[in-house]
Amino acid sequence: MNDPFYILRTLVEKDFKVRYRNMSLGIFWSLVNPLIMMSVLTFVFSSVFAATREHFWLFVLIGLLPYNFFALAWSTGTESVVGNAPLIKHVPFQRELVPVSVVLGNTLHYLLQLVLLLIAVIVVQGVNIQWLWLPLVLVLQLVFVCGLSLITAALDVYYRDVAYVVQAVNLVLFWLCPIFYGFEDVPGQYAWLYEINPVAAVVLIMRRIFLAGVSPGLTILKLAAVSVLTLWAGYRFFGRMEKDFSDYL
Amino acid sequence: MVIIDLDQVSKRYLLHQRRQLFSQHAWKQIRRDVKSFWALRDVSFQLEEGERLGIIGANGAGKTTLLRLIAGIARPTSGAIRVHGRVGAVLGLGTGIHQDLTGRENVHLVASLMGLTRPEVRNRFDAIVEFSGLSVFIDEAVRAYSSGMVSRLGLSVAIHSDPEILVLDEVFAVGDAAFTKKCTAKMEEFTRSGRTVIFVSHSLETVVSMCNRVIWLDQGMVRRDGPAGEITQEYGKLALETAAPSPPESSTADLAVPEQHQQS
Repeated sequence: MNDPFYILRTLVEKDFKVRYRNMSLGIFWSLVNPLIMMSVLTFVFSSVFAATREHFWLFVLIGLLPYNFFALAWSTGTESVVGNAPLIKHVPFQRELVPVSVVLGNTLHYLLQLVLLLIAVIVVQGVNIQWLWLPLVLVLQLVFVCGLSLITAALDVYYRDVAYVVQAVNLVLFWLCPIFYGFEDVPGQYAWLYEINPVAAVVLIMRRIFLAGVSPGLTILKLAAVSVLTLWAGYRFFGRMEKDFSDYL
Repeated sequence: MVIIDLDQVSKRYLLHQRRQLFSQHAWKQIRRDVKSFWALRDVSFQLEEGERLGIIGANGAGKTTLLRLIAGIARPTSGAIRVHGRVGAVLGLGTGIHQDLTGRENVHLVASLMGLTRPEVRNRFDAIVEFSGLSVFIDEAVRAYSSGMVSRLGLSVAIHSDPEILVLDEVFAVGDAAFTKKCTAKMEEFTRSGRTVIFVSHSLETVVSMCNRVIWLDQGMVRRDGPAGEITQEYGKLALETAAPSPPESSTADLAVPEQHQQS
């Protein structure tokens, strides 16, 4: 049997090399985008809408990074199987590795962004013991995106509309995640909309850890349950669909 | 020992004119009420260790489909395939070789997919490059390669990934005479050590020199199965006969009539 970790590694390397071959800034472009978004959102909501939150830019950045990772990893993960059709049609290997490798590639960008975030938090707030939750939160987010991507990547093989549905959902999600507002700003009758949203849960947990310095509480249990369930469902679903991928690519 | 065993294997492809999410088709597909086409019908044969099998037939006869099934890339619609051992497949040009990567990067990518570990690739890297004859160009992007060079790289990785069964589809169509000769020698060495080669080509000359057994596919069915020389001669004769009125390459065999599949 082949070595799945080596395959993951070569697939991630392939995506990075193809993407950054002819660029001078390379991977640092992944820092530029969230910083621009953070600046624009901070300008609009501090100067135009006059938000009064302290360190609003940091508040926004903590919301923006998990959302950005989710949206990018999910949409590129969804398109990954169709995008790697030549591999899938020619070589027999575990096709699950394709969407997973794409999500992992996005995770490397995310980690780089998080380093930047941690530096900012240290400067503004300092370190606290709740940071120890961070690895677990990241793993759960990764598990959730992988599961979701396995489902949509398999569907995308049969109906190419799926990639665009994912993009539309991401667009809606940007507004329905507490990125430039807090969970406490949401009126009670709409709170459920955020409680069933795992991306909102990650944002909520990160803000608790970094800004309030309190533990994630029950939210992390719910996130764990949803993430593991999604990965299990995604793995099962993908495994059923992948047997006929080569007929449809 | 029987290493590959096909028992009444058939493969049906569904014909999709328009595969759209918001259309009648989605519903039809769920009901399996779409037109279909049998690429293979009731194909049965067994292959022993160390055999070199050639598969010949007109375009659309089901040769590539058969290789796909044996390699485990697609699954049969009905029937059973038993394969004992790891299959290395080179189906057409490239085998997953990426145009934007260099030859070196592609060796790592393709070798990992074909089942080698990282240390194994490191150890065999020089041998792979040497066999492909691409040492000068190995750090160039593959998009700059000629089609013959791409084919050599893919084939070299496949051979060095140590498969028990090697499946090759038209890999020598773009290779030059010297490389084809080198490969023929390698194939012989390969099968002497008890491994099996399955080989598809339109060049009867290459088939005869490479294989000891040939299966002739005709519209998805096994028409003849036997010694390489005998079958290729017969096939060649038929091709000549039919060449005058209509060449076999563009005969009606290519355009198998789609049938309406009964609801299952």
